[in-house]
Amino acid sequence: MAHAYTPGLKVMPCTLFRKKRLLPIPGKVLVADGKEVDATDMVAQTELPGKVFPLNVANRLGCMPEEIKDFLLKKEGDPVKKGETIAENKPFFKFMKTAIDSPIDGTVDSISHLTGQMMLREPPKVLPLQAYVKGRVVEVTPDFGVTIESEGTFIQGIFGIGGETNGEILMAAKSPDEELMPEALTEACRGKIVIGGKHAGLTTIKRAVELGVKAIVVGGIHDRDLRQLLGYDIGVAVTGTEQVGLTVIVTEGFGMIPMAEYTFKLLASRNGEKASVSGATQIRAGVMRPEIIVPGYPKNVTECRKDQGRGWIEPGDPIRIIREPHFGVIGTVKSLPPELTMIGSESHARVLEVTLDGGEVIVIPRANIEVLEK
Amino acid sequence: MSKKDLEVIIATDCGSTTTKAILIEKKGDTYRQTFRGEAPTTVEAPFEDVTKGVLNSITEVEELSGRKLLDGEKIITPNNGNTGADIYVSTSSAGGGLQMMVAGAVKAMTGESAQRCALGAGAIVMDVLASNDGRADHEKIERIRQLRPDMMLLSGGTDGGTVTHVVELAQFLKAADPKPRLGASYKLPVIYAGNNKAHEKITEILGDSTALIITENLRPTLERENLMPARHKIHDIFLEHVMQQAPGYPKLMKMVGAPIMPTPAAVGTMTEKFAKANNFNVLAVDIGGATTDVFSVFNEVFNRTVSANLGMSYSISNVMAEAGLANILRWLPFDIEEQDLRNRLKNKMIRPTTIPQTVEDLQIEHAVAREALRLAFDQHKALAVGLKGVQQERSISDAFDQTSSGASLINVMKLDYVIGSGGILAHSPRRTQSMMMMIDAYQPEGITRMAVDSIFMMPHLGVLAQISEKAALDVFYHDCLVRLGTCLAPKGLAKEGQLAMEWEVTTPDGKKEAGQLRFGDILHVPLDSPKAKLVARPASGFDMGSGPGNKVEAEIEGGVVGLVLDGRGRPFNLAKDASRRRADLGKWYKSMGMYPV
Repeated sequence: MAHAYTPGLKVMPCTLFRKKRLLPIPGKVLVADGKEVDATDMVAQTELPGKVFPLNVANRLGCMPEEIKDFLLKKEGDPVKKGETIAENKPFFKFMKTAIDSPIDGTVDSISHLTGQMMLREPPKVLPLQAYVKGRVVEVTPDFGVTIESEGTFIQGIFGIGGETNGEILMAAKSPDEELMPEALTEACRGKIVIGGKHAGLTTIKRAVELGVKAIVVGGIHDRDLRQLLGYDIGVAVTGTEQVGLTVIVTEGFGMIPMAEYTFKLLASRNGEKASVSGATQIRAGVMRPEIIVPGYPKNVTECRKDQGRGWIEPGDPIRIIREPHFGVIGTVKSLPPELTMIGSESHARVLEVTLDGGEVIVIPRANIEVLEK
Repeated sequence: MSKKDLEVIIATDCGSTTTKAILIEKKGDTYRQTFRGEAPTTVEAPFEDVTKGVLNSITEVEELSGRKLLDGEKIITPNNGNTGADIYVSTSSAGGGLQMMVAGAVKAMTGESAQRCALGAGAIVMDVLASNDGRADHEKIERIRQLRPDMMLLSGGTDGGTVTHVVELAQFLKAADPKPRLGASYKLPVIYAGNNKAHEKITEILGDSTALIITENLRPTLERENLMPARHKIHDIFLEHVMQQAPGYPKLMKMVGAPIMPTPAAVGTMTEKFAKANNFNVLAVDIGGATTDVFSVFNEVFNRTVSANLGMSYSISNVMAEAGLANILRWLPFDIEEQDLRNRLKNKMIRPTTIPQTVEDLQIEHAVAREALRLAFDQHKALAVGLKGVQQERSISDAFDQTSSGASLINVMKLDYVIGSGGILAHSPRRTQSMMMMIDAYQPEGITRMAVDSIFMMPHLGVLAQISEKAALDVFYHDCLVRLGTCLAPKGLAKEGQLAMEWEVTTPDGKKEAGQLRFGDILHVPLDSPKAKLVARPASGFDMGSGPGNKVEAEIEGGVVGLVLDGRGRPFNLAKDASRRRADLGKWYKSMGMYPV
């Protein structure tokens, strides 16, 4: 049977998955192999070296760099307090005296008699690392972190902003093609992962921030709203560090696009349960998509499927068209002609025939579809 | 093996997503590219071994050519009958290419020289640090800490001059304690190419905490740049440190018969060889999904820039952010809602492999491409400049012709040849589309030949040129370049419909074509003859390279498009009124036969 390779987003009712939780620089691992952890448990931590503040002592005292040693009140490694005098000159007349106070709490990192610079360093900052998902530690990477294994619902979005967060799932839309309006958000949404339908506008997102919603998951958003929310245009899709007050996950794309029914129903089946979500998206090398993870089995599921990663399509598969002129339309693969076909733009491309709901058959480049889970 | 013995060559380019292999064979006295194959690059999980993709792409060449090239995971050398190749060479940009941070004492002097040095070596420059870059000292230190480059180039000061600034930069670097991007356990390589008087101090400061390499000053005097020693060091470290950390590269390095080059460095080499062999001023561009590389050789001076976030898929949204929506909309011959255009471009960004299915969608991508090419060219012009800070002697007669030091080397009137590559230029459904995108973006003046590298073979040929310049140039002329034709664009302005130029073209077989070009028009004259003679008589006020109103006789090239006579004037401005602009665009696109009606 003809089939073709196609990438798709994972939407799985229950799967066994592993999450690597690693520090950016070496530190201390806080949990042992085999330990059961909750999403908010700390699994590792490290100390980030403090910020460095250079002070040009020679300039400030009006002396040569090699002369500063006569005026320093601190030596390398000494602790300093903010406002404490760390260097002063010794003029003949007292009123001509110049003193340099430390701008920070910290230590003297280094002193240069060639440039007359003194480097002060703030105390290190503790960087804690949470488990992020509920599960069991199955591997410890010494000094860096752990790998956590868990079973649960795993759903990838196409784009997101904001980092990792946790909360209960709350269905705020009745159907996947319902727009999430500000009125639908109530006090009950505080601290929750709110699921909408086809779209959330700027006023809805702002209302969610006011209410303390942890995350919003919808089919689509408008780019113009995203720009206003962030205050700048996202140029390259590397996200996850935005600080807008919540995490936003888009499952389908930009515009008003109903959430895939399968995704919507799956999320609805986990309503009220605790989830871990992340908006972090990276579309270049090392692709990363935003995700919603709900540990445990959905009510009607008894078997946990392994990620089989089927990367192809065949006739009969349900697909979504992901480019104009039929963006967002859902259909079924009718056939996969092997030969290159000239499309409307006059390019020659591999295509497929798609049967739409009304029975109409259209031809679409294979690059412009995504396979939907059955 | 001596160079003259090369008869069969296999070359690969390991890109971020695809590894492409080509087979080159000597046919009589000429080298020709005969077969090619490609396979997904295998740097990332689950494979994490670049050689898998290399072997897959070579296997495809084997299947197509019938030549047995592999013995298990080994390339068979030398060639013997229908087996093996004489040499295997490769370039690489997989894993994000070579990422560097550079520092110089004065931003416009050693800072710029260091930037040119790193770019010329094929690197992406993540940031340029300088004593006078406008950032507070603690901000500089914070920036160094945030970035994780593959290596750093530190320069500053002329030989024997003051050491303070460069020593201060070294102290900042030490305080920041930056970590290399790959291989958490090894020290960051730092190349010092500054004031030779500071060697001892720099070693004292950075010797223990970094993998310090000291080389010749890249700006020994204000009047002289000496980039090659530092560039060679960058290549050495790329091979010895960076490549060693990338998955499978130590294996790949054992397979090749010549050092692996970063892909952009190889393209730069090929551009230089082509310019030198023909005595041309050349502009070459590679517009990809994420980045746009621009190479130029003007008056024998080579320059390269990379616009790291200007591209047609991953970075398409950044083109919109940098150019502004209005600048993209100005190239569209139809009206479109801002919200619709924004959403379309963002959807391309998040699903970068989709392709335009309709003419309208294709025109939107072409509009973005023009802006990406223009912005990358602007960045190139800003860096491809003469040395700044050089003392100039001026007589009283120069007082009215004040040119500061550091003027751009790029002069579009003197530009002889433009070579385009990258999906949007190489695979446009009609070649006229590629040619017009480059004309609109670069606005060449006078006589400019144009071509595309349709299967992006320049990297392979650049690395091959290290071994055999003849083989590289043979293939470049015969199989790599797809000649589009020549653009004839008189410089000047007039009223719509006024005569801009009379022209006459004679092909070697004696066929003649002649006509008039009027201001505001574009004429398309099909001409596939590789060579032809042009006589152009620009009207008064119009310049074709010999001064306003002066006749020009020149050799030109035909190609798959032919001649484009661009009477839109230079500087070329689109009408401000939207309906008038759309009508103009419609007229020009129609006369070029750019899109199906």
